[in-house]
Amino acid sequence: MITRNEIMETNRMIKEANLDVRTITMGISLLDCADADVDKFNENIYRKITTYAKDLVKVGDELAEEYGIPVVNKRISVTPIAIAAAGCQTDSYVSIAQTLDRAAKDVGVNFIGGFSALVHKGMTPSDKILIDSIPEALAVTERVCASVNVGTSRNGLNMDAVKKMGEIIRQTAEASKDNGCIGCAKLVVFCNAVEDNPFMAGAFHGVGEGDAAINVGVSGPGVVKKALEEVRGADFETLCETVKRTAFKITRVGQLVAQAAAKELGVPFGIIDLSLAPTPAVGDSIAEIFQEMGLEEPGAPGTTAALAMLNDNVKKGGVMASSYVGGLSGAFIPVSEDHGMIEAVEKGALTLEKLEAMTCVCSVGLDMIAVPGDTSAATLSGIIADEAAIGMINSKTTAVRIIPVIGKQIGDDVEFGGLLGHAPIMPVNGYSCEKFIARGGRIPAPIHSFKN
Amino acid sequence: MKKGIITVLGKDQVGIIAKVCTLLLQYNVNVLDISQTVLDGYFHMIMVVDLTNQTENTNLHTALNELGETLGLEMRLQLAEIFDAMHHI
Repeated sequence: MITRNEIMETNRMIKEANLDVRTITMGISLLDCADADVDKFNENIYRKITTYAKDLVKVGDELAEEYGIPVVNKRISVTPIAIAAAGCQTDSYVSIAQTLDRAAKDVGVNFIGGFSALVHKGMTPSDKILIDSIPEALAVTERVCASVNVGTSRNGLNMDAVKKMGEIIRQTAEASKDNGCIGCAKLVVFCNAVEDNPFMAGAFHGVGEGDAAINVGVSGPGVVKKALEEVRGADFETLCETVKRTAFKITRVGQLVAQAAAKELGVPFGIIDLSLAPTPAVGDSIAEIFQEMGLEEPGAPGTTAALAMLNDNVKKGGVMASSYVGGLSGAFIPVSEDHGMIEAVEKGALTLEKLEAMTCVCSVGLDMIAVPGDTSAATLSGIIADEAAIGMINSKTTAVRIIPVIGKQIGDDVEFGGLLGHAPIMPVNGYSCEKFIARGGRIPAPIHSFKN
Repeated sequence: MKKGIITVLGKDQVGIIAKVCTLLLQYNVNVLDISQTVLDGYFHMIMVVDLTNQTENTNLHTALNELGETLGLEMRLQLAEIFDAMHHI
C-alpha cells in the first residue's frame, strides 16, 4: 500500500529538487548500412535511424506525462561512423554528419552521438577521414556529437592520436569561432570509452551491442542535496547512508521509465547510467552538494575526498536498484553546466589542476572547460595525455571536453546557451610540452599488478 | 489493474471532490480510495483510481490540469507504479 508520505516525498523530489530522467537514449547500429557509395550509405543510415527512432520523442513525452516526471532529453547514439562508413569511397565524412543532423532534426531529438572513431591502438584510413572531418562537421551541423577514443587500460595510449586531437580541437574552435567555439562543446576525447553511454557528447553505440538498445540516464543532484540538508552535521556513516538511500530511490524511477520506454518502443532495454548530472539551474548542482557536505567552495581541500565518497555511494545505492547498470555511472563535474562550479572558478577556488585531481575519483573527466583562445595544440594534447593517463592507469573512463575560445582571455566568459551553460575562461599552465607531444608513437599498456 | 494516483493541492473551496469525481465519471474511471486533509484552509487530497476501463477519447491528464487551472488548484494524475518503484521492493 502506498502511503501519503511516500507520494508526497516523490512529488517533492520532482517539484522542488529537480528530479528528472535526464535522457532516454536509443542506441542504433549502423553496421548493416554499409555501402561503397557514400550517398547510398547516407540514404541507408537516414532510413534506419528515422525508422527505429520515429516514436522516441512521442514515447518519452507520454511516459513523462503518465508518471509525472520530466524526461528532459530524448537522444540517439549510433555505431562509430569511422567503423560504419569504412567501406565508403570518399575522402570526407561531412555529408554523413549532415545526414545524422537531418535525421536527428526530423525525429525531434536534440543530440545524436556517434560521429566517432576508436583509435586507441592505431588509425585506419577511415579513422583518419573521420577525424579530419570533425572541425567542419561540427561547424555545419547543430545536433551531431563527436568522440574519439585515444587509449585504453588494455592497450595503452595512442600518442599520435593525442597529438592529432590537440590540433583537431583547435581547428574545431576556429571553425565555429563566430558561435562561441561551440563545436568543441560537442567533441569528447576519451580513454576507456564505454559502448553504452547515454550521455552526450560522448555517446556512441558500440560494436558489441545489438541492433538497437534503450539506455537511460537518471539524474538528481538536487535530490541528493535536499536529502543531505536533513542530516546536516552528522557523521560520515550517516552521510554515506543518506546518499545511498537517495541514489536507490532515484535509480528505481530510472529503471521503471527505462523498462516502460523499451517496451513501448519495441527495443531491448540496455542499461541505466547512474550519473549525477548537473544543469545550470540553481538546485541542480554538484557544487551545492559539496557545500552541503561542509566545503566552503568546490576546490577547497577535501573536495576530492568528498567527490570520491559521493561517487562511490551513488553507485552502491544505484546498483541495487537496477537490473543492468552501465554507461559512465558517476558524478559529472562539467564546469559550464553547474552554476556552483562556475562561481568557484570565478572566485579562484577551483583550478584546472584541482579538477584534474577530482577526475581521478569520478566520472568522467575535464568537462566543458573553457581556456584562452591562444592555448596551443600541443598544450591541449598535453592536457588530453594527462587525463588519458589517469584513465589508463586507474582502469576508468576519463575524457576531455575542452574549449579554446578564440579571441578570449582569462577574465572573459563564454556563453553556450541551454543545458551547456556558460563558462569563465580558466588559466592553463603556460610551460611548454611541445617536445614531449612531438615524439609520436604509443605509450605501452600499463602493468596491472603492483598497484601503488 | 492500471492504478493511478491523483493529487490535489491548494486553497479549500466548495465542490472540489464533486468536480474531480464528475470528470472521472466522464472518463469511466473508478475511485478506489480518497484521503484528504484541510490544514489552515489548505486542501490536500490523494485519490487512488482504477484506470483500467478508462475511455481514451481525450487526454485525462490535460483535462485534470485544465480543471485545476480553473479552480486555482494543482492537480496531477500519475501512474501508481512510480511510487511503488521508488519506495517498495
